[in-house]
Amino acid sequence: MAAYRYGYSAVLFILCGLSVFLVTNGQETILTGDDGAAAVDSPQTVTETAEQTAEQPAVEERQWEVTEVEEASPDEAAADKQDASAPETLVPPSVPRPKDDFQEELVIRPLHSGDIYASFQFRTLWETDFMRGNKVSHYRLFPKSLGQVISKFSVRELHISFTQGYWRTMQWGQPFLPAPPGAELWVWFQDSVTDVDGTWKELTNVLSGIFCASLNFIDSTNTVQPSASFKPLGISNVTDHRFLRYATLPREIVCTENLTPWKKLLPCGTKSLQLTELPLFSLQAGLAVLLKSEKLFHSSFHSQAVHIRPVCEDWQCKTTSWELRQTLSVVFDLHTSGQGKREWSLFKMFSRTLTDACPLASSSKVYIDITDNPEGEQFELIPATPLLSQAVVLGDRRTFSVYDLTQQITFGAVRSLNLLIRWKSTEGDMLRPLLHGERYVAGYGLQTGEIHTLMYNNHPYRSFPVLLLDSVPWYLRLYIHTLTVTSKAKDNKPSYIHYQPSKDRVRPHLLEMLVQLPPNSVTEVTVQFERALLKWTEYTPDPNHGFYVGSSVLSSLVPSIVAMDTNSTQERPLFSSFFPCKEESSYFVRVYTEPLLVNLPTPDFSMPYNVICLTCTVVAVGYGSLYNLLTRSFQIEEPSLGLAKRIANIIRKMRGVPPL
Amino acid sequence: MIEGLALLDLGVSPYSGDVFHETPLIIYLFHFVVDYAEITFMLADVITAVALYLAVKDYNKQVFRKQKFALEADRYPLDCLELIRSPKEMYYIPLKVAMFYLLNPFTILSCVAKSTCGLNNAVIALFILSTIKGNVLLSAIFLSLATYQSIYPLTLCAPALLYLMQRQYIPVNFRRASFWWFIVQYAFMYLGSLFVIICLSFFLLGSWDYLPSVYGFILSVPDLTPNIGLFWYFFAEMFEHFRLFFLCVFQINVFFYTIPLSIKLKEHPVFLIFMQLAVISIFKSYPTVGDIALYLAFLPVWSHLHRFLRNIFLVSCVLLACSALFPVLWHLWIYAGSANSNFYYAITLLFNVAQILLVSDYFYAFLRREHHLTYGLYLKRKDGSEATLVLK
Repeated sequence: MAAYRYGYSAVLFILCGLSVFLVTNGQETILTGDDGAAAVDSPQTVTETAEQTAEQPAVEERQWEVTEVEEASPDEAAADKQDASAPETLVPPSVPRPKDDFQEELVIRPLHSGDIYASFQFRTLWETDFMRGNKVSHYRLFPKSLGQVISKFSVRELHISFTQGYWRTMQWGQPFLPAPPGAELWVWFQDSVTDVDGTWKELTNVLSGIFCASLNFIDSTNTVQPSASFKPLGISNVTDHRFLRYATLPREIVCTENLTPWKKLLPCGTKSLQLTELPLFSLQAGLAVLLKSEKLFHSSFHSQAVHIRPVCEDWQCKTTSWELRQTLSVVFDLHTSGQGKREWSLFKMFSRTLTDACPLASSSKVYIDITDNPEGEQFELIPATPLLSQAVVLGDRRTFSVYDLTQQITFGAVRSLNLLIRWKSTEGDMLRPLLHGERYVAGYGLQTGEIHTLMYNNHPYRSFPVLLLDSVPWYLRLYIHTLTVTSKAKDNKPSYIHYQPSKDRVRPHLLEMLVQLPPNSVTEVTVQFERALLKWTEYTPDPNHGFYVGSSVLSSLVPSIVAMDTNSTQERPLFSSFFPCKEESSYFVRVYTEPLLVNLPTPDFSMPYNVICLTCTVVAVGYGSLYNLLTRSFQIEEPSLGLAKRIANIIRKMRGVPPL
Repeated sequence: MIEGLALLDLGVSPYSGDVFHETPLIIYLFHFVVDYAEITFMLADVITAVALYLAVKDYNKQVFRKQKFALEADRYPLDCLELIRSPKEMYYIPLKVAMFYLLNPFTILSCVAKSTCGLNNAVIALFILSTIKGNVLLSAIFLSLATYQSIYPLTLCAPALLYLMQRQYIPVNFRRASFWWFIVQYAFMYLGSLFVIICLSFFLLGSWDYLPSVYGFILSVPDLTPNIGLFWYFFAEMFEHFRLFFLCVFQINVFFYTIPLSIKLKEHPVFLIFMQLAVISIFKSYPTVGDIALYLAFLPVWSHLHRFLRNIFLVSCVLLACSALFPVLWHLWIYAGSANSNFYYAITLLFNVAQILLVSDYFYAFLRREHHLTYGLYLKRKDGSEATLVLK
């Protein structure tokens, strides 16, 4: 038995060694520090990993069987109940690579404002075809609820984000994954969908149930079909924007009830593993242990997202697979809450430390951005790691310290990883983001107003085009003839304008334009609008708070300082591979401006009855006086007798005397 | 308006949105004259004034002629000589009408605001002129233009028919073939020109989008932006399930008065025109001050009724006060934030009550004068004492 096992691990050893080699190769990993020590360490590490990974397929296999328990033979079921690490259930190593793959990573970037940006990315790749006739009923890592959504609604791409707070581009730089405040949903449907609007309506209702969010408030009045701003991010040859729907709910408040269903989609983020009756795992494992809602929502910015898209499996794109990317970004304001000490740790941020990797994950890494700290003069990172990685992200080559959670050595003797950064100095200035947007409403009173959108090009000598997308609700009646685009006090005529006027209570305004931003300039787009008076039932419960107008979206290919990596299939950190890159000289950036809060005139909500009565009275006065004149004719008035005289007459009549 | 042109320039159908609600002919007219918009609106007002001047002049001539015939035939009672109108007082009436229109602050306001209401007024004034001149074809064409611009002038076809028949000595008698023949003739001309105009707009735009956008907008009142009418606040506060019912009631209300008024005033079609214009401007869905200016311009024509008006002082005071209070309360609500919508709404209510009283007062005075012309001014009771007239 033991020999068998050893032979086994030898094979796995080779496999893992190969894969480690590949990974390190791909990431241009440099081993710094004492080379000799690293060399001494590495064999041990690899053996440990080998053992760990040897267990991993067993676990997977077990779960695989449990879900299929009805079909399993009695022998196998009995074997299942035996020792958890029984070698009989191990998969032979010659079995082809499983068709799905799960990776997790956490990027931590100390921001110049003293805040900490932490970005989780969980990626599940699955080589399957939801669209074919045969129903996909066997789910392993991919969440079944989303898989069913994809196949039922013929979704080609789905991007949904929930964000609390606003990303301050000027202080924090570009985020890895931009998202507007509130909820944002955009979906590309397959071109086989005939009734896109109906499908979209159903889809939003289903997603609303899955994510416990008010996505059911998405209807035709806040849905648009952008013609250019939202191109498919995965492989796709369809660019007909009839199959695209985009909607934002800027009012949406993101909270724990949205996080819990989001976590449930993770292979390792849920307590449902307990249901498999295998007490092997802790309830949560890997990076998901850090996702504690009481800490995540005690932050300046919180954004969680789900992105589903088809991607290429290899360089020639022979096989395609579905990619599910779950991302969560959070900015902790530790500078103010850190009791004067500028230091943070995983425990301080998340009230948890890392103890293991997700057993289902093929890679599980923590990256710390140390680009601004090459010699350790800005902050001190504890524990130090010998592993460094460089990645080109957002047009810049950044250096990261890497902690590979699949290797036991990362956790050290205490078997837990609690990263600690202690700041030494507060200096250092940030590279200003090249593209930046702002928006505000000008004017006073409740009749008219003006929306100003400012777009900053901070590049010293290059100009680049920007696609501006504005979706304004119908109750702000935009006057497109007042649209002006000025940069450097000169008129800057957009080279492309797509404008779709609103229809009352049916659809919003959609304004898309392509503007060339001159180098080192501010471009201002203004458009005037008129505020409509709504029906009293159309106001929100707090009408004097105002109405939200979703963020403008600036999409642009910004000139890059370093050459971008155009090979999308090559092994790269997840955070740098979200937006596909077509050319080396520029990279794609999406910037969201602030949402607007606009006041509308309100009627008096307390008096519908009064108004109905009074107006009807006025109409009745008109009708009555005309009716009077139309139906009556002039006659000589008979003098009416006094009351006493009339009574006297009655008495006289009774007496038989002639009346007065 | 300018928005519509901008959309047209962008290659977007102006009717695909909900900001523009003018008719296609207007937009193409402005396509050529947009640079001279001020002059166009002033010109429209001048055309209206001149048309009204000529129309009233002609009408007065006819009134005088009729009066002379009646006098010669001794049809008036002897004590009615006070009521007979003298050519001297009638001489200045057309000028007064034109001035009343041009110098009316409401007209000036709507001209400055570049409201297309000025153009509608010009079309209606031309319609009145051609009707009074007895030109059947032009009358039908201008009426169809006015109807095309906003549906409500449809009701003006009753007075036009009555007037033209009176002019051609066709008796208003349902059993006479000539009566029906004339109606068919007029209806054919009217519907024919309306058809031509609508098809012309269709060919200009290449789609029927404008029909729901222009007429659906007028009839279903989706825009609740405050104006001086009765509709906006009523439908903003309306319960959703009663909305359709009240919408029908309010819209039928505008058209409803046509038939009873035409029966009552079949001898006096010009007064009927005045009444119809007033009713339209009070009860239409999006009234503007320009509409009011048009029917107010007719007031000098009825200056001989002033002795029978009952509460003209009160009504004119209320109208003046309301006109002054409109901008004040609007500012308080929208800009200062110290008042709410009820304040402005109260003023619109009062303004409309005042208009209704004004119109019904003139109607009353007109009927009373007619009564006196038949039965004598100083009516006596059977016992010889002085009598008072009442409506019964």
